[in-house]
Amino acid sequence: MGNPNTAIAQEFDLTKMAPIYDTYKDVENGSLIPVLQSAQDAYGYLPLPVLEDIGEHLNVPISQIYGVVTFYSQFHLEPRGKHVIRTCQGTACHVRDATRILDSLKKTLGVDPGGTTPDLQFTLETVACIGACSLAPVMMVDNDTHGRLTPDAVPKILRDYRG
Amino acid sequence: MSKNITLTIDNQPVTVQAGVTIWGAAKSIGINIPTLCHHFDVKPYGGCRACVVEVQGARALAAACSFPATEGLVVFTNTPKVRSARRLVVELLLANHPKDCLICPRNQNCELQALAQSLGIKDIRFPPAKPRWELDEGSPSLVRDPNKCILCGRCVRFCEEKQTCSVYTFANRGFKSTVAPAFGKGLKDVKCTMCVQCSVICPVGAIVVKDDTAKVLEAINDPDKIVIVQTAPATRVALGDYFGNPAGSVVTGQMVTALRRIGFDRVLDTNFTADLTIMEEATEFLKRLKANLHMPMITSCSPGWINFMEMYFPDLLQHHSTCKSPQQMFGALAKTYYARKEGLDPSRIVSVSIMPCTAKKHECLRPEMRSSGYQDVDYVLTTRELSQLIQSFGLSFNDLPPSDYDPVMGVGSGAGTIFGVTGGVMEAAMRTAYEVVTGETLPAVEFNSIRGMGGLREAEVDLKGTKIKLAIAHGLGNARKVMEGIKAGNPRGWTFIEVMACPGGCVSGGGQPINHDMNFRHKRTKGLYADDRNLPLRKSHDNPEVQALRDDFLGGEYGGHKSHELLHTPLKGHDHP
Repeated sequence: MGNPNTAIAQEFDLTKMAPIYDTYKDVENGSLIPVLQSAQDAYGYLPLPVLEDIGEHLNVPISQIYGVVTFYSQFHLEPRGKHVIRTCQGTACHVRDATRILDSLKKTLGVDPGGTTPDLQFTLETVACIGACSLAPVMMVDNDTHGRLTPDAVPKILRDYRG
Repeated sequence: MSKNITLTIDNQPVTVQAGVTIWGAAKSIGINIPTLCHHFDVKPYGGCRACVVEVQGARALAAACSFPATEGLVVFTNTPKVRSARRLVVELLLANHPKDCLICPRNQNCELQALAQSLGIKDIRFPPAKPRWELDEGSPSLVRDPNKCILCGRCVRFCEEKQTCSVYTFANRGFKSTVAPAFGKGLKDVKCTMCVQCSVICPVGAIVVKDDTAKVLEAINDPDKIVIVQTAPATRVALGDYFGNPAGSVVTGQMVTALRRIGFDRVLDTNFTADLTIMEEATEFLKRLKANLHMPMITSCSPGWINFMEMYFPDLLQHHSTCKSPQQMFGALAKTYYARKEGLDPSRIVSVSIMPCTAKKHECLRPEMRSSGYQDVDYVLTTRELSQLIQSFGLSFNDLPPSDYDPVMGVGSGAGTIFGVTGGVMEAAMRTAYEVVTGETLPAVEFNSIRGMGGLREAEVDLKGTKIKLAIAHGLGNARKVMEGIKAGNPRGWTFIEVMACPGGCVSGGGQPINHDMNFRHKRTKGLYADDRNLPLRKSHDNPEVQALRDDFLGGEYGGHKSHELLHTPLKGHDHP
């Protein structure tokens, strides 16, 4: 069959999927979301060959998988940066100039919110509130919290994460 | 299940069977609760909320379409609260819906339009808030306009529940929600069989059949072209619906007259090649049965089914009959046999077919369907397109005097006409196979064991000593069960299988007029069986025009060299997505 994705699927390393399927092999229905989460942990995002493989293994149509993946904001169809930056746009941060922090991030990284740098080092996201208002303006890089930010501090913080 | 339940709707007591919803209970006493997502062909969903009602003691309004009736329930369907909620729901849908009703293909046949009108909505309080989407026009069979989609999910459910193809999904969320194939691909890039049942179940104009009438009119208006038209069996019991006749009315004569008035040069009948299909297919079947070659054999008239087979079961293609569909047999003969008989230059012939089927629009474009040296069938119009064309010519359809098909390829038997219903091809084949094998006249022409609406039916026919086990499937979900049976080594021992892609067969094809009567399939089926009973010939092998074709053109036999050149095609398995 002339499936344009088959060729890619063959080249793509799907070996990381086997232990994931094994973990959920006894779940009769409803293993789709945990399998997608584990697959995203393994690959960093959800590439098409992985989704097709999941569909085949769990006997779920690819259209439904696409529906689930696009419904939940936790799933990503595009490659993500090694480090994910979440910069806060909540009220407390806003009054303490969060906009200028975001501008500095955009300038430093060269991407808009939702974007990933071409070297796949950083993905930039905004969040409504991360619940650390006393540190406003604040951002998180992966699981680290950086508070009382100034626009000038941003490039230095990011430099420490570059691999 | 037979337990009865009594509830009160709008102060009227109602008794219904357990399991019936509030919506169904209300309907049984003449209260039509509006709905957009609910449809008798799919499971309840409760998504559109147009059917909300007030249930006494309940905290919130309930969706009548999915709320089961329970003993003692007290329901109000028209309180101020209900009416204002319903109005809000529809107004919000209208806010985002294009307002081009005048030029929409579903104008005056649109459930959203009808609902807005019935609720008396005169203004819309909200501005549109959804993104604009590109039209999906790549498929030869249909056009999707996501801007008109109201996210009712009927197409999503039909494609999944009945056809098991799951082409559509709800993608994204919030304002960006849309119904689309996976990864936002076009329909031509996913495993869509082009049955286009989604266009029949769509309440609005979001999924419509691709309109090819302009091309046909251009050919009709070209003095150099001779435009030949064929009409499929199922068209004659559905076209009348559009003009207000009861479902299942047989309107063959008026249809022939209308086609002549529109300007088709020759009006011929696909029933002729349905009969020919039976002769070719019965010959092939008896040969394969004897040689035990690729058994069980499966019919090949339904192009949606062929697409399904190629997409999902490419390893089992050899089970197919090699016969082309009646449409394509007709096309191959129109530009060869018919042209020669009538002294016509085949290069000037434009071959048009009127079909209940949208997959036919794709079938005629297949590269192997050019055995006359030209594209065998140039254009396919669905029954819906024809009804529109008739209307545009100002013809008062119901007042047209009936007339007969033109000769040479215009006679069809009752066996040909029942090709349009599930089980019909099988019954037609058995009428012929019985007489060919036994050399005796059938004691009863009608095979009641083959008829019915069961999704997957089995029957056994005794050809005087040769017992053959038949299976009949309609709807692709049932077809899938058949194929899984064959994959598992055919434990039921089937010898001959009929498959039609659309539930009910061609009478309810994707190109047929949209009918909101939940018994429309049954009524159209009855119409075709009545047509069969009233025809002078009821067996394909008795058709004198088919006999003349065999003797003048096919070398005096069916299944011979000439037949294989024009009327059969090996299934190679096409490059589907």
